[in-house]
Amino acid sequence: MFEAILVMALGAIVLGAALGYAAVRFRVEGDPLVEKIDAILPQTQCGQCGFPGCKPYAQAIAKGEADINCCPPGGDEGIHKLADLLGREFKSLSAEHGIEKPKSVAVIDEQRCIGCTLCIQACPVDAIVGAAKQMHTIVADQCTGCELCLPPCPVDCISMQPIGESVETWKWKYPVFKIAPAQREAA
Amino acid sequence: MNAVQRLFGFHGGVKPAYNKEASTGLPIAVAPTPTLLVIPLHQSIGGVPRPLVKAGDRVLKGQRIGGADGNVSSAVHASTSGSVVAVEMRLMPHTSGLSALCVVIEPDGCDEWIPRQPFDFRSATPTQTRDYLRDAGVVGLGGAVFPSYLKLNPGKTGKLDTLVLNGAECEPFITCDDLLMRERAETIIKGTLIMREMLSAGQVLIGIEDNKPEAIAAMEVAAQAANQAAGDSSIKVVSVPTRYPAGGAKQLMRVLTGIEVPHGKRSTDYGLQCFNVGTAYAIYEAIALGQPLISRIVTVAGNVERARNYEVLLGTPMRDLVALCGPRADSDRVIMGGPMMGLRMPSDEVPVVKAANCVLVGSKQLFPPPPPEMPCIRCGECAKACPADLQPFEMYWFSRAKIFGKAQEYNLFDCIECGCCAYVCPSRIPLVDYYRFAKSEIWAREVEKEAADVARERYEFRLLREEREKQEKAAKLAAKTAAGREKAAAALAEVEKPAVTPEQDAKKALIAAAMERAREQKAQAHPENTINLTPEQQAEVEAIEARRAEIREMAKPHLRQDD
Ligand code: SF4
Ligand code: SF4
Ligand code: SF4
Ligand code: SF4
Repeated sequence: MFEAILVMALGAIVLGAALGYAAVRFRVEGDPLVEKIDAILPQTQCGQCGFPGCKPYAQAIAKGEADINCCPPGGDEGIHKLADLLGREFKSLSAEHGIEKPKSVAVIDEQRCIGCTLCIQACPVDAIVGAAKQMHTIVADQCTGCELCLPPCPVDCISMQPIGESVETWKWKYPVFKIAPAQREAA
Repeated sequence: MNAVQRLFGFHGGVKPAYNKEASTGLPIAVAPTPTLLVIPLHQSIGGVPRPLVKAGDRVLKGQRIGGADGNVSSAVHASTSGSVVAVEMRLMPHTSGLSALCVVIEPDGCDEWIPRQPFDFRSATPTQTRDYLRDAGVVGLGGAVFPSYLKLNPGKTGKLDTLVLNGAECEPFITCDDLLMRERAETIIKGTLIMREMLSAGQVLIGIEDNKPEAIAAMEVAAQAANQAAGDSSIKVVSVPTRYPAGGAKQLMRVLTGIEVPHGKRSTDYGLQCFNVGTAYAIYEAIALGQPLISRIVTVAGNVERARNYEVLLGTPMRDLVALCGPRADSDRVIMGGPMMGLRMPSDEVPVVKAANCVLVGSKQLFPPPPPEMPCIRCGECAKACPADLQPFEMYWFSRAKIFGKAQEYNLFDCIECGCCAYVCPSRIPLVDYYRFAKSEIWAREVEKEAADVARERYEFRLLREEREKQEKAAKLAAKTAAGREKAAAALAEVEKPAVTPEQDAKKALIAAAMERAREQKAQAHPENTINLTPEQQAEVEAIEARRAEIREMAKPHLRQDD
């Protein structure tokens, strides 16, 4: 138990330091349009758009090589924003790339995990912690819900759990009140 | 003492029917301990406390059951002794009708306290005192439930000019602060003195609306006694004109001192800090008596026969409380708070929490359904009534059209949701509902954007790491193959020449070392195992190489060319 905590804490510290370093050292000076498109994409990094991540898809859109309706996690709202940015017509999500699903996170059944590390290798955002032959865990805050860790797991112990609403994330609904027509003098 | 305090006005405000008399006739009563206490872990602004107990544990009255988590968070405690039945999701006193983690306690009737010791804040460091108050669960009891320990910090200068005590209680129906001041003025003043010392504040101004003469009189007496003991006149009780929302922190500070704290600034930057009178009382109990916050005064009013104030254990179901007051048959809703800012509860079984200053029972007759909304005629009445000096109709327009950026430009987040604008609107537009909707949408987007930024950063970092690891692996593999061949060669030599002289051995070692060096050099140049391949193997290798190149090409845009 203590070991596991130590491993995770160490991992977190090392990763944090490295992330900070990388952010400064490997700053990508990119195309401003690509940056703007990338800022709209949800960063799930799932590859459903047919590109190996959100940035490559953003580049393809910028070059005119890809349509704006290929990102299922971004959904209709994302397509609307892209259409606004690029001055194009809105198109509904292209069915061949998938459907918009409620946001979920992956959960590992820790009883069944054999510690093979295959899921760690698949996760695009390093949201899974664990070492060889140790139980693995997903850091829910960092999981983007891309589902890329599901296929490699040899014992099928990873499942997607939709993130339900909680009191903390609940949003006030759009007020729906009947609007009465203004009174008019009868002609 | 009786020098006339100069008062300032605040913009806007309304005068709704106050309906306070019904619940001020009787003194505060102690509500009976219910058969089951449901204590939500999250009762304050900030992080959700971690549960510290599990089902089956015995807890004492005042025992910490939820530990503060994060920089902004406040602990929760068992309101009486008993056994923990469960730590589970229960319906929360929240408009959403959602559940959250609660500690369910079955009281054992002994009401046995934890050992209580006063906290010597004078010999403790300010940080220790603040940690103590965080763990005692003291939060603002005016309804905002902001952790008090965070406000007990005088800021950069280390001292404050004025400590404002808020006893205005401007919202209709609510009288819990009124009764508390009438009955326990001395304790409130004692708590105030502790806060004043912690904040190194000069004067204390206690603002009370002039519709509470008994409370003003009682507080005057207690304040005078304290002033006499200290030999000065630094504590003043000020009667402020009755106008909703005089009890808003910003509004009261303005009325009492004339200082307008601008948007985005802390009041301590202007030498001010404001606390509710109930909070002062809780701070005294925590510091001087060693009792964490486990109960509060709650007004039960509205559609009931006997409206009254009760001292209620946190976690008591609202239904039990309402039952004490004889709800009328046509009651159809329970509101936490008052009619202006209160929130309708999903059910009357939700527990009383630290934010619950009032349990208001409603009916169709008492609160008729709102008439249909009509289009905004831009009459500007709402702007005239807004105590925060906003332009409600503009914010409404942009919130309604979901143009949130514009709504924010009109300072949507300065809106205190007081409801004055909706109260005066001739078109009866439920303006506050639109502001709440827009605010929560903006918050959600903010959170989403932050998460996306983190994901982007982590993903780019991973690409870099993979590239680096690939290079390292290649180097390691090269070293390994060289070492492996060396071993095989040595073993072969052993088999071929079982008897060797030491000289031969030394010579061979020298040769081997030289060969090893050569191999290593070669391996450095050709990390792949590409010697003596059959044509099929060669083709396979080439295909793999091509795939790798493709992947590298795809990853390249993320990397600086020189890496
Ligand atoms: S489908 Fe959307 S979220 Fe997934 S990688 Fe492509 S752009 Fe990113
Ligand atoms: S944990 Fe699984 S679902 Fe979550 S981001 Fe990583 S690979 Fe995707
Ligand atoms: S009071 Fe109502 S009708 Fe008048 S400007 Fe404001 S929102 Fe419009
Ligand atoms: S609810 Fe907001 S906009 Fe309306 S009067 Fe109050 S502070 Fe102003």
